[in-house]
Amino acid sequence: MIITLFKVSMRIERDQDVVPFRNRVKEYAVKIKMGIVNQTKLITAASELVRNMLKYAKGGEALIEIVTQGRYNGVRLSFKDQGSGISDIDLAMKDGYSTEKSLGLGLPGAKRLVDDFNIISNVGHGTTVVVIKWANG
Amino acid sequence: MERIPILKMGQVLLVTIQIDLYDRLALSLESDLVQMVKKTSAKGVLIDISAVSIVDSFLGRIFGNIASMCKILDAETVVVGMQPAVAITLIELGLPLTGVHTALDVEKGMILLNSNIETDVDTTDDLNEDDNYAF
Repeated sequence: MIITLFKVSMRIERDQDVVPFRNRVKEYAVKIKMGIVNQTKLITAASELVRNMLKYAKGGEALIEIVTQGRYNGVRLSFKDQGSGISDIDLAMKDGYSTEKSLGLGLPGAKRLVDDFNIISNVGHGTTVVVIKWANG
Repeated sequence: MERIPILKMGQVLLVTIQIDLYDRLALSLESDLVQMVKKTSAKGVLIDISAVSIVDSFLGRIFGNIASMCKILDAETVVVGMQPAVAITLIELGLPLTGVHTALDVEKGMILLNSNIETDVDTTDDLNEDDNYAF
């Protein structure tokens, strides 16, 4: 069972919100003594997901949590937007697929950088992405 | 508006990124750099990212763009000082930074750029000599 020890939520509306959000994620990763490589992976994944939210849904809500499962501590990030949703998630998770002029690495790349990756999308209602990175994962 | 300073050192433009770039700042660096290459006829661009803790796909693409744009304007780009954790993350993300030269630190980057600039001069000299032979 995963227990939340601490949580904070941030509104993401402009591209200037990305750096402060990343700094908060780093702060919590440092708090649970996550190693520098895992920290970098987590923050990079966070950056990709937050950027997706800005680009496709004009922003949304980002939740940072410190979670614990047994002996393991981790950071869980949830990104919730009210955008148009993703009609074909399998396609969106493919490397190099993008509906915008980007590299199409955001979702599949972020998935490779974290330990747990979940995406739920309702067309017309929005998308929620939840990722977990364990401190020693 | 905030800007990343671009320093001219001989034929090389030197950029040291000391802060985490947000998108608009990265985009203005891209256009400033390309314009500076034209204005100063620089032969090389050296970007020091030793203080950058995160390179995501957006920033990676900016580096790639800068390298390609400068290449068309006859200038080589070298990205130096990448932190090991950033290199690991970039590869797992799936962004191998193709087309961008890299070096461990500013000193090695300068050596790389200068050797490129010198070989360029050498080849031009050779061509001129060939021309003379033809006449």
